[in-house]
Amino acid sequence: MTDATVINDEGTITEVAGYARDTAPEGRAITAPPRGTTRLLVTGLGVVAPTGVGVEEHWQSLLRGELAVRPIEGFDASRYGVTVAGQVRDFDPDRFVVPQLKVQTDRWSWMSLAAATLAAEDAGYIPPEQAYATSVFLAAGSGGNEFSQHEIQGLWAKGPRSVGAYQSIAWFYAASTGQVSIRDGYKGPSGVVVSEGAGGLDSIGWARRVARRGTPAVLVGGTEAGVTPYALLCQVTSGRLSTAPRPEDAYKPFDERANGHAIGEGGAILLLEEADAARARGARRVWGEVVGYGATHDAHHHEDPAPDATQYARAIRLALADAGVAPDEVGMVVADGAGVPELDALEAQAITAVFGERGVPVTAPSSWTGRLMAGGSALNVATALLAMRDGVVPATGNVDRPVAEYGLDLVRENRERDLDVVVVLARGFGGFNSALVLRRYREEEPG
Amino acid sequence: MSATRRRVVITGIGVVAPGSMGREGFWEMITAGRTATRRITFFDPSRFRSQVAAEVDFDGRKLGLTAQEMHRNDRFVQFAMVAADEAVADSGLRLGVGGAPDAPEPERVGVTIGSAVGATTRLEDEYVQVSDAGKHWLVDPRYASRFLHQALVPSCAATEVAVRFRAQGPGTVVSTGCTSGIDAVGYGSQLIEDGDADVVLAGASDAPISPISMACFDTIRATTGNNADPEHASKPFDARRDGFVMGEGSAVMVLEELEHAQRRGAEIYCEVTGYANRCNAFHMTGLRPDGVEMSEALDQALAQGRIDGSEVGYVNAHGSGTKQNDRHETAAVKLSLGEAAYSVPMSSLKSMVGHSLGAIGSIEIAATALAVQRQVVPPTANYEVPDPECDLDYVPKTARDHKVDVAVSVGSGFGGFQSAIVLAKPDRRPA
Repeated sequence: MTDATVINDEGTITEVAGYARDTAPEGRAITAPPRGTTRLLVTGLGVVAPTGVGVEEHWQSLLRGELAVRPIEGFDASRYGVTVAGQVRDFDPDRFVVPQLKVQTDRWSWMSLAAATLAAEDAGYIPPEQAYATSVFLAAGSGGNEFSQHEIQGLWAKGPRSVGAYQSIAWFYAASTGQVSIRDGYKGPSGVVVSEGAGGLDSIGWARRVARRGTPAVLVGGTEAGVTPYALLCQVTSGRLSTAPRPEDAYKPFDERANGHAIGEGGAILLLEEADAARARGARRVWGEVVGYGATHDAHHHEDPAPDATQYARAIRLALADAGVAPDEVGMVVADGAGVPELDALEAQAITAVFGERGVPVTAPSSWTGRLMAGGSALNVATALLAMRDGVVPATGNVDRPVAEYGLDLVRENRERDLDVVVVLARGFGGFNSALVLRRYREEEPG
Repeated sequence: MSATRRRVVITGIGVVAPGSMGREGFWEMITAGRTATRRITFFDPSRFRSQVAAEVDFDGRKLGLTAQEMHRNDRFVQFAMVAADEAVADSGLRLGVGGAPDAPEPERVGVTIGSAVGATTRLEDEYVQVSDAGKHWLVDPRYASRFLHQALVPSCAATEVAVRFRAQGPGTVVSTGCTSGIDAVGYGSQLIEDGDADVVLAGASDAPISPISMACFDTIRATTGNNADPEHASKPFDARRDGFVMGEGSAVMVLEELEHAQRRGAEIYCEVTGYANRCNAFHMTGLRPDGVEMSEALDQALAQGRIDGSEVGYVNAHGSGTKQNDRHETAAVKLSLGEAAYSVPMSSLKSMVGHSLGAIGSIEIAATALAVQRQVVPPTANYEVPDPECDLDYVPKTARDHKVDVAVSVGSGFGGFQSAIVLAKPDRRPA
């Protein structure tokens, strides 16, 4: 252990700044895992995304390079200036949600309920008798948009009596977490975090705290369903959405013609289990291990954005230090890929500051789906685990001419590569920066 | 390497509550047993079943917000900014001041702000414009504010507080419905315990007194129908209770690692010795009368600080004033504290300041911290007629001097969330 690293009795690193800044990419700064660290494994994935419903459907679509961002269906979006989005076109809520629950909930919750079911099925998870042993800790971004717009329209057009009994439970940000907990009988410490696009990673960060404190299984991630008239308009006002009418022109992260991004709906829910508990129940599969997490804030907001990527880079360094992983051990970075030139430049700055110029393959798979707000970073975690399983870095979509000055090794064609450690990055509107480190599962701790 | 658990203390408190101004105004009001509930003035409530609320007479400009800060932010964010200002000033920390010898590193300062419904008021106001009062499903972008994205996603509250104090550590908004306030302070404590921050600005804010919020609680009859006597409409634990009174407000606490606070000679209100939450996995709005899950949360929160139930000197109740909640909660406290439940004072602030959804948990923590510091228990206003199912000591109407070395605050929310936090005098046990 180096002098710069201080570990408290819960096994967490408390001072890592010196390590991150002073250590060259080669060599391990931390030789032993922190004492008492809870090992947290991903044992189940549930995906409901524009690329498909189901893990393999999503992954095969990515590998085929199918653009799931298409002209918006369901309403005439032409007046919003933004006409393309990643919608989940083959989602059948009746497959996952019983009718009496369906009428009480928004499409956002249908997707969360579906993804939670898929994750539990994938894991073969049968909840233990001890109901407090399973937690639901999801991220939310914008709540039950379509449901709420209907009710609020009724209120203003017809009066208070037209507001139905379920508005009070369908719209608020905790609706999906509460419904999953109730449907599946999970009584553990549960929560909801909102940090816009960073939420999916942050839910995993909080799940680690829950697990460290003794809850062996936590459902994490989240979904989003904001491709609805009012929610779309709200997102348009960020000034970050592309107005290009052709899908392939709309969301081009790190490209010379980057002009904003497309939004999308859906996301992913993952089952995380403490290693001993997963072993004890005979978990059928381990997708990977969550080994590091870091989060920072720019302390700048949208109207006065951060002038540089200092805090974003620090989030990555915190996560690597937490994982005890050196930058050169990382085989792939899944980037936030905002598709807004200024934001792309800052992200490139953060990545090259940590990994060096062209130091690591970088991909931005949300280019295929659109940005799913809180659901997007959760989906990127699922994608990263699939990439690790198959040894393939999936390509970034819509990139014709990558900006050379960014100094990124941007992956434009699927690339075979043995992946042992991967990093997923996310940013949330308003200055949130998060980074997650995943490692291929090994029975014994290395080092 | 530190061999002991990192301990968390509260060194600053800021409050925006109905019927009062700031932390001391709030404390004076609740210990006087004064209520802030009144007929709604923000809009004409005559078409609504429940026409009563606890409103904050809020002038952001006078409280230090700039015109632009108010323009880009919903009322709930403005509340949080003002509460954070007061909390930080109270703590004596010079956050964001480069070079001050006792200023914490900005990178070691985090933000956790809770909110149940975020910018719902602004979303509704703007919706009225872009839909021309509900005429059109396809809304009109020409009438849209350019700050709607911030309204859509409530994480802007954490952003604004982080910007204000240059907090570059972890930041998030916690949104677990009506337990958001307790959970946000609980998460903030965990950030410090886990070594990810030395100081966290933790609290919650909600400003839900708007037509859509009133309408949605009307239909399920969760709010009171007692419109004839607004000042006495909120009656927690009283046999005549008929629902909660909507409120609004915010409280922000400065949480600080104990040694960090001691090194700079900070005044300490109390220590956060435990926090836990559980889900009842029962119903989005219904509560089983037995209170088992809330009791489990309370037991766990006490156990984290190795505190026995008999040491608890004050229970700050959720006490929303709905039939089922007050019964549920009474049962939970009995389950956890046993015989001691009958002798410990337990009161509900919602009798005075209403139920500000996610915010109230943090306002209740502020009051509980002050109760520990000042050894005074605030009362339950309007309590007159006992309910056989609610048979504990609810501190009717009048505040009470009482030995409070340990206090607990509990909360319960839509979605089935049950949370508990334990505050104690920091010198009650050896370091």
